[in-house]
Amino acid sequence: MTPEPQSHVPISLKVNGELVTAELPVRLNLVDFLRGDLGLTGTHIGCEHGICGACTVLVDGRLTRGCLMLAVQANSTNVETIEGADASGRLMVLQHAFHRSNAIQCGFCTPAMLLSAAELLRVNPRPTRDEIRDWISGNLCRCTGYQAIVDAIIEAAA
Amino acid sequence: MKAPDFGYVRPSTLAECLATLNEYGDEAQVLAGGQSLMPLMNFRLAKPGILVDIGGLPELATTRWETDHVVIGALTTHDTIATSDTIREQIPLLSDAAPHVAHVAIRSRGTIGGSIALADPAAEWPACCLALSAEIELASLRGGRRVPADEFFLGLYSTDRQADELVTGIRFPMLDDRRAHTFDEVSRRRGDFAIAGLALSCDLVGPKFKDIRVALLGVGDRPVLARGAMSVLEDAEPSDATTETAIEALSAELRPPDDPMYPPDYRRQVACVLLRRALNKLMG
Repeated sequence: MTPEPQSHVPISLKVNGELVTAELPVRLNLVDFLRGDLGLTGTHIGCEHGICGACTVLVDGRLTRGCLMLAVQANSTNVETIEGADASGRLMVLQHAFHRSNAIQCGFCTPAMLLSAAELLRVNPRPTRDEIRDWISGNLCRCTGYQAIVDAIIEAAA
Repeated sequence: MKAPDFGYVRPSTLAECLATLNEYGDEAQVLAGGQSLMPLMNFRLAKPGILVDIGGLPELATTRWETDHVVIGALTTHDTIATSDTIREQIPLLSDAAPHVAHVAIRSRGTIGGSIALADPAAEWPACCLALSAEIELASLRGGRRVPADEFFLGLYSTDRQADELVTGIRFPMLDDRRAHTFDEVSRRRGDFAIAGLALSCDLVGPKFKDIRVALLGVGDRPVLARGAMSVLEDAEPSDATTETAIEALSAELRPPDDPMYPPDYRRQVACVLLRRALNKLMG
């Protein structure tokens, strides 16, 4: 009746469209699995408690903190990282806008910022500056002061 | 940085889940959306022996409509509440509060049941439950029970939930058109923990406040009902004088915690400003 507690669990999921199977220690966070096991280092690790947003990826199409999800919870899901989103070309308009607006300085927040911005434009194709500020409040940038990032997202939405 | 070792259980039925909680008791910790529990585990402030992942119980993510109640399943995410048209229609206070719950990437996984079970004093849903006279639905091998929100939150991260019980849903009374609501909070930046927040629900029929409920978050060790301010407002006619008297009562009854960032007087002041805004909004 009561399931036996496990220390390792086999999982099978899609990462950027490719099927991945692995047997993982249960305490491994999704972001550590993506970076350490799969070598997808475009997803960054910052605060590791959900504040900075650098580890944001898409799980079944929803923006998700890679540091606040166990890798084993991603079993049977579809995960997209910055590598997959970049290769698909779906970020191109935003990437060019970030480049033109100089919305990048050290680049640490940029992968997650792009994924968040793309998701905003998907649900709200013509956001106001306030709506952009609100949406990206979960993605910290310590370099740009956000003006250039908001400019870039406005430009990409135009 | 990662959690200390634990044993992982992912029940595939509610019965399995309740049996697991029954067997391990205090040693077990339920993992719902994990948006508060995972940071605590990453910091090693929480060290569960057994982690019970309820993500395999989709029946807990459904909303049940009864004759005069709406039961929102424990695994319903903040984002689902924020974007639900039926919730906007039936329990608009929740729709107004939802955007204040953390950030979009947290709202996509965090759940209302997790928030209620954790009982963070700065969380939005516990205060909404108080303002709306909600009941918490609990299940265990011993059977199910409902606890009124007024009796559920007992202190800092402390609730009436017993170790073998699972929060399965939150039961809200369905409200008629006369009911007016407002939710507001002040935080340093959008999505940050609230310095103070206020959820208000009342009937505005004719010239008087009726059945008014004023709940606050962030101003104590648990969500609190402002009983002093409520008794001033009950049966009173909306006016500037009524507002001032209610604010005096609120100021006198609040005992905000003393913390290095926000002295008690500041939180009290913010709460009073929120009550003034709420009443002004109701008076149009």
